[in-house]
Amino acid sequence: MVTAQEPRVRPPIHTPVVAMRAPEPAAEPVPEPSTLEHAFELRDLSAWYGSAQALRDITFDIPKNHVTAIIGPSGCGKSTLIRCLNRMNDLIPGFRAGGHIAYHGEDINGPEADPVLLRRHIGMVFQKPNPFPKSVFDNVAFGPRINGYSGDLRALVEESLRRAALWDEVRDKLGASGLALSGGQQQRLCIARALAVEPDVLLMDEPCSALDPIATYRIEELIADLKRDYSIVIVTHNMQQASRVSDLTAFLLAGEERMGELVEFGATRDLFTNPKDERTEAYITGRFG
Amino acid sequence: MTVTALPPGVRWRPALVARRRNGRVFVWLCYGATAFGIVALLVLLTDVLVKGVPYLSWEFLTSFPSRLADRSGVLAALVGTFYVGIIVVVVAFPIGIATAIWLEEYAPQGPLKRILETNIGNLAGVPSIIYGMLGLAVFVRALSLQRSLIAGGLTIAVLVLPIVIINAQEALRAVPSGIRHASYALGATRWETVRYHVLPAATPGILTGTILALSRAVGEAAPIILISSIAFIAFLPDGPLDSFTILPIQIFIWVSKPQEQFHLIAASAIIVLLVLLLTMNALAIVLRDRARRGTRW
Repeated sequence: MVTAQEPRVRPPIHTPVVAMRAPEPAAEPVPEPSTLEHAFELRDLSAWYGSAQALRDITFDIPKNHVTAIIGPSGCGKSTLIRCLNRMNDLIPGFRAGGHIAYHGEDINGPEADPVLLRRHIGMVFQKPNPFPKSVFDNVAFGPRINGYSGDLRALVEESLRRAALWDEVRDKLGASGLALSGGQQQRLCIARALAVEPDVLLMDEPCSALDPIATYRIEELIADLKRDYSIVIVTHNMQQASRVSDLTAFLLAGEERMGELVEFGATRDLFTNPKDERTEAYITGRFG
Repeated sequence: MTVTALPPGVRWRPALVARRRNGRVFVWLCYGATAFGIVALLVLLTDVLVKGVPYLSWEFLTSFPSRLADRSGVLAALVGTFYVGIIVVVVAFPIGIATAIWLEEYAPQGPLKRILETNIGNLAGVPSIIYGMLGLAVFVRALSLQRSLIAGGLTIAVLVLPIVIINAQEALRAVPSGIRHASYALGATRWETVRYHVLPAATPGILTGTILALSRAVGEAAPIILISSIAFIAFLPDGPLDSFTILPIQIFIWVSKPQEQFHLIAASAIIVLLVLLLTMNALAIVLRDRARRGTRW
């Protein structure tokens, strides 16, 4: 049985020693989903690509200032679900969503809702690091510039890079291309870029799947740091990662018709140690499929 | 070599000798095809250089055509070609690039976009003489521009427009979608995404494509034969409504003459045109490499 006390991924032998702490054991109380303030409320969310249904009747609440993980096997609709939250699926021809998603009580698909404004408040980090082919500085400064930031841009860029734990590595090469950084640094640059517009929510779609264990560890540390100020939703196919970084976990599974459905949602520790649904237990113990 | 012919118990027969021989045969076929093209080009080039180089001089570049071959020059044609090029740049490039941006970044997926793209693709393949007839009917006659520089320039602009559009579309399509998503996710509008990310990233490709389209434009003769009067042009155009000539036309005129000497100066004019085209292609490469600096993904 995989538990929150699972040992961390070890670094390769010949790399410089990076302290790999075990997560603070049980320092925080187990969150009870029903008592938390919500960032998102999902009600009967369904999604279609053309005529193919990808999600069916997903209902759960994503709490504020916690890390919510979405796990499940490939093709279960995890990415579709997270991309519904900032309406990135609007960019895909033929995409259609049904049901309701409320963000701080407002329907994000309503006639008054503006996806541009929504995305300004909901940052996103993608699976593959995708820095702009511009300087490190311009990568971070782009969001504040278009959103009319009137303060000290240099200070904001520095602060964003510090928050993303990248400042010390790039302070002398802010003018270098973002693409010249290593994969892990690029992903932290993307996080800094998302943080620079001072979002409220951070969506992360398998942010570590293209990274090595050390870079992964640094991003996970960062997530633990950021959740004080942000509501974070992270999609991951790595169950150890979900158990390490998240407070709450949603487990999705695609049924016979390839439609993703929510199997179980709850506090991560409960879900991993004491799953209510036998499919969840089968999946987290690796007996699945 | 059927399986049944194998001795019992042996199920694999690598036949390496035959397989390697097939590989060698294919490589030699490829060498042959490549050599054919290169030899043909070298023969043509040698012929042109041997005939044309002796007549190349500063006077040849700065003289007007004359009844006497040894007093003739390409000045009018060179200047006319330059002006036509400018008209193409000013007319075809903005329209073509804007069309490509609309098709790639704005047009909804659907039958309209498909029909437009198919037709643009077909237009790129239409013989250029057809564009000459179009230019004659529309610019020369209907718009009463007469056989003028502007009529010729517009005709060539319309001719290369589909090529510009297709090249620019390719360049835009080559921009990774991750860049667009990153921009949208930061709360950028569609225009901001195009303006600050997609276009800059696509610029090297667009530049290369458009300059190649321009060199196609500069080498076209057929449509201009219909537009420009194939007359003796011994002056520079004063304005866009003046008559004009271009290098390919000048070459065409000289080659058509019975006197041997005009054939030789035609070869010289071909060299001038070739140098012009090679210079433009080299410029395309330089511009592309400059714009590409630091934008590798």
